[in-house]
Amino acid sequence: MSAGTDLGIVVRDGRFAPAADEAFVAIESAEEAAGIGNRAIEVANAIAAEALGPHLASIPAIAIRFPAFNDGRGFSLARQLRRLGYKGTLRARGHVLADQYPMALRCGFDEVEITEAQAARQPENQWVDAYQRIRHNYQDRLKYGAA
Amino acid sequence: MYTYNEFDEAFVRSRVAQFRGQVEKRLDGSLTEDEFRPLRLMNGLYLQLHAYMLRVAIPYGTLDSRKMRQLAHIAETWDRGYGHFTTRQNIQYNWPKLKDVPDMLDALADVGMHAIQTSGNCIRNVTSDHFAAAAADEIEDPRPTAELMRQWSTDHPEFQFLPRKFKIAITGAPNDRAVVKSHDIGIRMVRGDNGEVGYEISVGGGLGRSPFVGKVIREFLPKADLLPYLESIMQVYNLSGRRDNKYKARIKILVHETGLDEIRAEVEELFPQIREEFTHPSDELLAAIEPHFAPPAFVEKPLGDYEAALAADPLLRSFVETNVVAHKHPSYAIVTISLKPVGGTPGDATAEQMRVMADIAERYSHDELRISHEQNVILPHVAKADLPAVHAALRDAGLGTANVGLISDIIACPGMDYCALATARSIPIAQEISTRFNELKLEHEIGQMKIKISGCINACGHHHVGHIGILGLDRAGVENYQITLGGDGAETMTLGERAGPGFSAEELVPALERLIDAYLKVRRDRQESFLEAYRRLGVAPFKAALYPDQAKDAA
Amino acid sequence: MARPFVPKIITANDLLEGDVIYLTAEGRWSRTYEDAVVATTQEEADDLLRKAEAQPDRIVGAYFVDTAVDEDGTPKPDHFREVFRATGPSNYFLGKQADA
Repeated sequence: MSAGTDLGIVVRDGRFAPAADEAFVAIESAEEAAGIGNRAIEVANAIAAEALGPHLASIPAIAIRFPAFNDGRGFSLARQLRRLGYKGTLRARGHVLADQYPMALRCGFDEVEITEAQAARQPENQWVDAYQRIRHNYQDRLKYGAA
Repeated sequence: MYTYNEFDEAFVRSRVAQFRGQVEKRLDGSLTEDEFRPLRLMNGLYLQLHAYMLRVAIPYGTLDSRKMRQLAHIAETWDRGYGHFTTRQNIQYNWPKLKDVPDMLDALADVGMHAIQTSGNCIRNVTSDHFAAAAADEIEDPRPTAELMRQWSTDHPEFQFLPRKFKIAITGAPNDRAVVKSHDIGIRMVRGDNGEVGYEISVGGGLGRSPFVGKVIREFLPKADLLPYLESIMQVYNLSGRRDNKYKARIKILVHETGLDEIRAEVEELFPQIREEFTHPSDELLAAIEPHFAPPAFVEKPLGDYEAALAADPLLRSFVETNVVAHKHPSYAIVTISLKPVGGTPGDATAEQMRVMADIAERYSHDELRISHEQNVILPHVAKADLPAVHAALRDAGLGTANVGLISDIIACPGMDYCALATARSIPIAQEISTRFNELKLEHEIGQMKIKISGCINACGHHHVGHIGILGLDRAGVENYQITLGGDGAETMTLGERAGPGFSAEELVPALERLIDAYLKVRRDRQESFLEAYRRLGVAPFKAALYPDQAKDAA
Repeated sequence: MARPFVPKIITANDLLEGDVIYLTAEGRWSRTYEDAVVATTQEEADDLLRKAEAQPDRIVGAYFVDTAVDEDGTPKPDHFREVFRATGPSNYFLGKQADA
């Protein structure tokens, strides 16, 4: 756990796992990212993707905070980081609903981290169901000609 | 007309199943109301004043008889036998039960329809010219592009939780019948230097609390670049639009506060990057959709009987004068069915009327119908020879009102009779105006007149662009109506000016009578419309008519 | 001087049916405005609203609203919005006026 937040359940491939002792270092600006070295970072959804650009190759994982499920900036930020060539792990961290899980994955996230309280209300089977819904979407067809 | 392929069908079915699951989750407590609300809104389900309300998208306002009959079936089976056509080319059912809504959505899916993204902070139903592919003035049918945008925006993973709702409209004709510059993105099809068809893109239009006319961000966008360019605008908005105040969260405020040039620079910087993600340019995608919108096989029919009927039947003559306009094919016409009977509720149709319209469309309009943002229904392709039969069938169903474009052809939002956001009623005001001017038998004398009524500042009734706009407010617990003058929703879009203090419900219609009386006195001749007279003379003579006491005081 | 307290009732919409309901003295919900329990102090109103909000499986969007009260203590809607909610739309005879 990190940054004093109380989350704790990571959803990966639709399955729950307790968050390991991952040290995500919360950073507030691109300058802080410069000195971070080979460590995972946690950022607000308002940070500018381009500012992180020069350091992306050395950062193994980035957690983007979702302060509220209806604040969709994290989805665009994830898209931008992937477009900048980021290959590491992207985590959506905070208030993300099971029904938003496919959107997160389709925007480039690898995993989601939610609170234990939310995991209790939206148990694993809801995330497994949601995970099935990432295929068959218009955007893949229009962008990549996928069936 | 676009017909669902296997993919569309599977997608919509899976969304219905998903929503069925969400309703269950709400009922078993695994979704709170706060979490369920945006999910039901993404599927068009509101909770209104007296009941839930289901808003169904009619993409770019186009439907066929099968779809219209299904809308009638839904109205009878799960609602109270009628539906309300809206200013956004949607239909609203005012009385559904929560547990029935998944079944209603399944019934929609049966005919290739859905209620997805008719609400919520996402890209809404794309609207278009209701005369598309029929109008004589058209550069190109805008509906293939509208359909492409429907597909692209549906379930777009990045843009489901925008700062605020987002509306896109497109017209293919220079005479704008879709009020495109009142939309977050407004698109006009235009010709480039070499005659090729592309798009002029405007952003930041909108009515509501802070009305703005959209500003041109790109004068000519090649068809190939459409989706990446739109996606660039959306990404800039999603990241930079205000989220601290819902009244300042629309893109119009971002454009206004940041400046068009800076927004344009941001969009143009993203655009080449995003374009790289698309393996297919948008014109290729369009080419796959265009065959769905192939024009019908027009038939030449002799016009002799039609001309005889026209000469003999004054009611038909009057109907043709107001409700029928030129078609691009010389022996065809475009018929507007008025949903504004005298004293009726603007935009409402009973299930029975929907079936009649479906039957007529199937028989006489190459099986096509359109819903206009002015809350009427269009038969886009009627052979002139069939007009007498169409008129007779419409009259029998109470759909023969000959008032399109006249003072009783009023746009009105549902207002406080249904809407939870409304601050005053709209419908009774519309009913009273049409009843009164019908009694006065002045309608045809007054000529072209667009009255638009909103029951709150959100302006679903487009009052800012009414020649006469009426805005219903709550003034210390009493309904009060403000009048705006000189608005225009056409290609010459203009926001109306507030005339002065509001009127009570009782004072309103007498005030409008004085206003109309003044217009009839000051106009040059019968050819000069109210809007033209207003533009020539300014607000003064009309204000004096609305507020005679102040005029006296000043004298 | 503080303004006198305006009596309040608690109203919401039924989760399943969507229609307008009112909290009664027994803590149940009625479709009739006159059945609503009237709060005569802010504390009472707050307490009633808490009771209402504790039933998320039954209702949506509870709020308190100023009410008029008859001589015999029966609440009557005051603001026109609540009059419409208590009766139904004015263009058709649907809604509560038709159920009565």
